[in-house]
Amino acid sequence: MTATSSIDADEIAKFTAMAEEWWDPEGKFKPLHMLNPTRLDYICAQIAAEFDRDLSTAAPFAGLRLLDIGCGGGLLSEPMARLGADVVGADAAERNIPVARIHAEGQGLDIDYRHTTAEDLAAAGETFDVVLNMEVVEHVADPPAYLAACRALLRPGGLMICSTLNRTTKSFALGIVGAEWIMRWLPKGTHDWRRFITPDELFDMLRGAGLEPVDRKGMVFNPLSWSWSLSDRDLSVNYVTASLRPA
Amino acid sequence: MDNAGPPGIVRAMDHDALIAGGGLNGTALALALASGGLRVGLVDPLAASVRSGAGFDGRSYALSLGSVNLLRALGIWFELEGDAQPILAIRVSDGHAGQGASPLALAFDHAEIEEGPMGHMVEDRHLRPALLRAVERAGIALYDRRAAVAHAADPTGIRATLDDGTEVRARLLVGCDGKRSPTAVRAGIGRMTWGYGQTGMVAAISHGRPHEGTAHQFFMPEGPLAILPLTGNRSSIVWTERADRAEAVAALDDAAYLETLRPRFGDFLGDIALAGSRFSYPLGLSLAHRMAGDRVALVGDAAHAVHPIAGQGLNAGLKDVGALAEVLVEARRRGEDIGRADVLERYQRWRRWDVATLALATDGFNRLFSNDNPFLRLARDAGLAMINAWPEARRGFIREAAGLTGDRPRLLAGRPL
Repeated sequence: MTATSSIDADEIAKFTAMAEEWWDPEGKFKPLHMLNPTRLDYICAQIAAEFDRDLSTAAPFAGLRLLDIGCGGGLLSEPMARLGADVVGADAAERNIPVARIHAEGQGLDIDYRHTTAEDLAAAGETFDVVLNMEVVEHVADPPAYLAACRALLRPGGLMICSTLNRTTKSFALGIVGAEWIMRWLPKGTHDWRRFITPDELFDMLRGAGLEPVDRKGMVFNPLSWSWSLSDRDLSVNYVTASLRPA
Repeated sequence: MDNAGPPGIVRAMDHDALIAGGGLNGTALALALASGGLRVGLVDPLAASVRSGAGFDGRSYALSLGSVNLLRALGIWFELEGDAQPILAIRVSDGHAGQGASPLALAFDHAEIEEGPMGHMVEDRHLRPALLRAVERAGIALYDRRAAVAHAADPTGIRATLDDGTEVRARLLVGCDGKRSPTAVRAGIGRMTWGYGQTGMVAAISHGRPHEGTAHQFFMPEGPLAILPLTGNRSSIVWTERADRAEAVAALDDAAYLETLRPRFGDFLGDIALAGSRFSYPLGLSLAHRMAGDRVALVGDAAHAVHPIAGQGLNAGLKDVGALAEVLVEARRRGEDIGRADVLERYQRWRRWDVATLALATDGFNRLFSNDNPFLRLARDAGLAMINAWPEARRGFIREAAGLTGDRPRLLAGRPL
């Protein structure tokens, strides 16, 4: 593959080790692995409903072009490719790209991973049926400008799934104090609570960007079952939304 | 199968899941996974014709309602229903050979639960061929007359080697290969085993009077005798004896065997005769340390072989089948790699507690009743009488035995995946 031939063997060994780290369910990215089935359930249900696909078939997302913004090691890109989507994984962190690429190759998955941003892809005129915008918006400097770029990336009738963290005292307690300071699930300073966005603020921003919000759900961690689930009512910490670009 | 596939997927796998062992659990799992859209391979050392061609040999199973629901959801219950005997009542009593049952008996009646009969007796000669026919209809790849002799796991899947040299690639290998599971051994999963020094002797008996759909469990000091109703004037018995005495009984000819059985069986069903072959199984408990390993999952006896005292062995296996199929089908539908450790952990977490409790409860039950200490006898007679007098406890007991409690897999509620 041309993608990996330009880097030397030591680099490949390093990236392979990093890929193993990304994909170790008990490793550094454990919180993401725990959250992943719940995020995927939401994403799959929304795509299936919007594009009228049957999830019990072998490749329900065949024919859909999908962009995963902030793809990291490919935790969402790989499942989407396995379900038949034509996937572009984009990450602003350059070192994530060869890591994700090496892992996908090992899995026999063909995913187009690129070191780029939503803004640059939009400027290049790329368009998609689905844009995954998961746990990114709370990290960007100018959310309205970023969401406008996301809208430009969507084809008319296209679907964007966007998840983030609510700005509540509970999200401060769980997301910052709990996850970063006590559990050490995330490196300290991963999140800046002041940048968290309430669901109403996000809906306003989505509308401002010319998108039509159609659904929102909470993602709730249950410490007894030690697992995540979707909730219609509790959006107080993590939540996920679906919006459409009007046709 | 279409090998070109969609653009994002490179097809390097022969199957999503490869199942080692074509017994009852292995075939049921193959059907359950195929019903959820997974591509399944089934490796079985026996030829399909050998498995399905068996005549009546006396072996039969007490299927819980949950198991019947699963078979219904897999579309094979309609073939079995006509030959199945509903269990309408269960009577548990404490007795001494030759003295009949203790008057303080425990009785359960299906009228106490709304779901109907507490379970069904199904003969092996009907169940096994029905499962194999369904496997054939579902187009599942069958590697028969072959065994998996080696497997290696890597980050993408397993490569299994069969004894004729065939190599098969899959995301996941499932060991449905019994209590000495070679799959578990190769995966480095150890097990704990206890022997009871007891042997279960199984046979089909015909009798003069109808059983009215009632199952009996007589607890004797030597071990329990279970009498389970089959269709017509026939019953299946599980007669448990100390290993040395069982050996002596096994050596008897049929006439002498019946003479030894009569005082234990009693005459409440009229005169008795043998209606099939006699089988003996040494009793023990064998629990794998884990139900999952590196791209390997264990199902049924490979994970937990229990004392067959309450007829829960196959039922527990089919519960594994329902849980594993649900976990894997859900994982595949959200695009996950079904052989990954975190997916298999969901299965293990779902079943482990249930299996450990069942094993310990069955063990405790057997130890309590296989005892001739007069104080224990008094205590358990009083205990049985109490359960009998307390409808709530009795309903709980029936529902547990019928497989209607706990966090049930969808298939065990009769719902498709």
